[in-house]
Amino acid sequence: VTSSPSVRSFCFRGGAELLFDGVKKHQVTLPSQPEPWDIRNLLKWIKTNLLKERPELFMQGESVRPGILVLINDADWELMGELDYKLQDQDNVLFISTLHGG
Amino acid sequence: MAGGAEAVRLGAEIERRERELRGLRERLAEVLAGESGADSEEGSAGVSAAAFPAELPPLPAQASLSAAAILRYSRQLVLPELGVRGQLRLARCSVLVVGCGGLGCPLAQYLAAAGIGRLGLVDHDVVETSNLHRQVLHGEARRGLPKAVSAAATLRLLNSTVHYVPYCGALSPSTALELVRQYDVVADCSDNVPTRYLVNDACVLAGKPLVSGSALRLEGQLVVYNYQGGPCYRCLFPKPPPPETVTNCADGGVLGVVPGIMGCIQALEVLKIASGMGSSFNQFMLMFDAREGKFRNIKLRPKKADCAVCGDNPSVTRLQDYEAFCGSSATDKCRTLHLLSSKDRISVEEYKKLLDEQVPHVLLDVRPQVEVDICRLAHAVHIPLSKLEEKSEEYLEYLKKRICEEKQRTNGQTSFPVYVVCKLGNDSQKAVRIIQELPVKAYGPVLAKDIKGGLMAWASKIDPTFPQY
Repeated sequence: VTSSPSVRSFCFRGGAELLFDGVKKHQVTLPSQPEPWDIRNLLKWIKTNLLKERPELFMQGESVRPGILVLINDADWELMGELDYKLQDQDNVLFISTLHGG
Repeated sequence: MAGGAEAVRLGAEIERRERELRGLRERLAEVLAGESGADSEEGSAGVSAAAFPAELPPLPAQASLSAAAILRYSRQLVLPELGVRGQLRLARCSVLVVGCGGLGCPLAQYLAAAGIGRLGLVDHDVVETSNLHRQVLHGEARRGLPKAVSAAATLRLLNSTVHYVPYCGALSPSTALELVRQYDVVADCSDNVPTRYLVNDACVLAGKPLVSGSALRLEGQLVVYNYQGGPCYRCLFPKPPPPETVTNCADGGVLGVVPGIMGCIQALEVLKIASGMGSSFNQFMLMFDAREGKFRNIKLRPKKADCAVCGDNPSVTRLQDYEAFCGSSATDKCRTLHLLSSKDRISVEEYKKLLDEQVPHVLLDVRPQVEVDICRLAHAVHIPLSKLEEKSEEYLEYLKKRICEEKQRTNGQTSFPVYVVCKLGNDSQKAVRIIQELPVKAYGPVLAKDIKGGLMAWASKIDPTFPQY
């Protein structure tokens, strides 16, 4: 089964958006690929296509760096299988950088 | 030079008045500290006596509310959710507030107003002018005073029946546990990563609920940790973030009312926990986006069995060195970068001399546009660091043009000087590195150096009329 190109949206908050030209909401068309898209592939795609400079401020290895929480439909990705979570239509993926100021 | 004598006279006058001001501040601190000593039942918890951590007596148990308390708290007493029972619980509850800044001020204000029994107020810092837009317990007259003392003095005017314990020092691994043990609930209103791990671990080891708030720019976050079997801060963030990814309020900016809102919600959760209603943010994070006017509730992971401090086999059984763990210091002061060697840097005094001698050069200001709008040196060429980092052709072309223009005024110097400046002298070092790597062909030989301490050093050492921010 080959999944067709799909339009996905995801968001950055807590300052993570500053690594993406300050844009909080992104709508992108992911290319078709034999396997369904999971978060691991999505991160790889983001790194190649959206993160132009200093990827280390967002990623560490194949995952996000410490201090960034990934939320899938307003739930901690830890509850959903983290990198292995398979993206569904209409899924809302949010990357938030934790704040420390006060 | 007639101006010279005038400058000396003004300098002496400023020094005289500053001395006078220091004296007044010291007297004010003594007066405020005296008040604090007077209202603490045992007289041992005054400001100077807030030896860290002084042993505190238990709050007295009350069987009923006095007539004065009934009048004072009547508007919340008639709430069935609180009632007399809840109010009596508040009066028996002690809360440790870690940080008397943008979050701690509104939090402490509402807890004091609501009749909490005791407020421990921790802060190592003194009040500065740039705090006043968000740290609303402090006022102009409190500048230079310890924040913990200033907060306690304002709160005492609001509700003198609460017991206030100011601690003028940083929470440290050697004192935190003993201190946290003496309180029922802890509110993390701090501004740095090491302190957040320290407060978390102390709360886990002492078994206290932790109401944690944070704010930056136009966003806020809130979670209640270590409460009724829920996760702790380390369950969520087992590893600290790389220090270079952490932004403080001075660099990132913060709209004062945003920590105000978050601090108020923190106060609400403390009151719910203290009165027995329970918190809504156990295993949930509240995210506030002030720009969009949206609150979001995020379902978090449960307590992790493999958590280093609250898990089944904890490796952290006593407090550690959190600055080493996080690779950053336990303050929100700006970091000082040491990227360049001293031969690639000049001081503001040296730069002033170059200016006076009219040495041909280009001054490159690499701050973001929003900061250039605040203040600038008129002759500077402005290219934000981000544009240099992405090697923006448009901007590099502009830089080249300006270098060529200036160069024409020289007799073909071997390497043309470019001085790079920013706010504090960190970004300017990064920019020098980038310029040093530019191809020589396009620019001719260029000698790039950065100005140590940036425009803030310029303001404090060369031109006192230049704004500080």
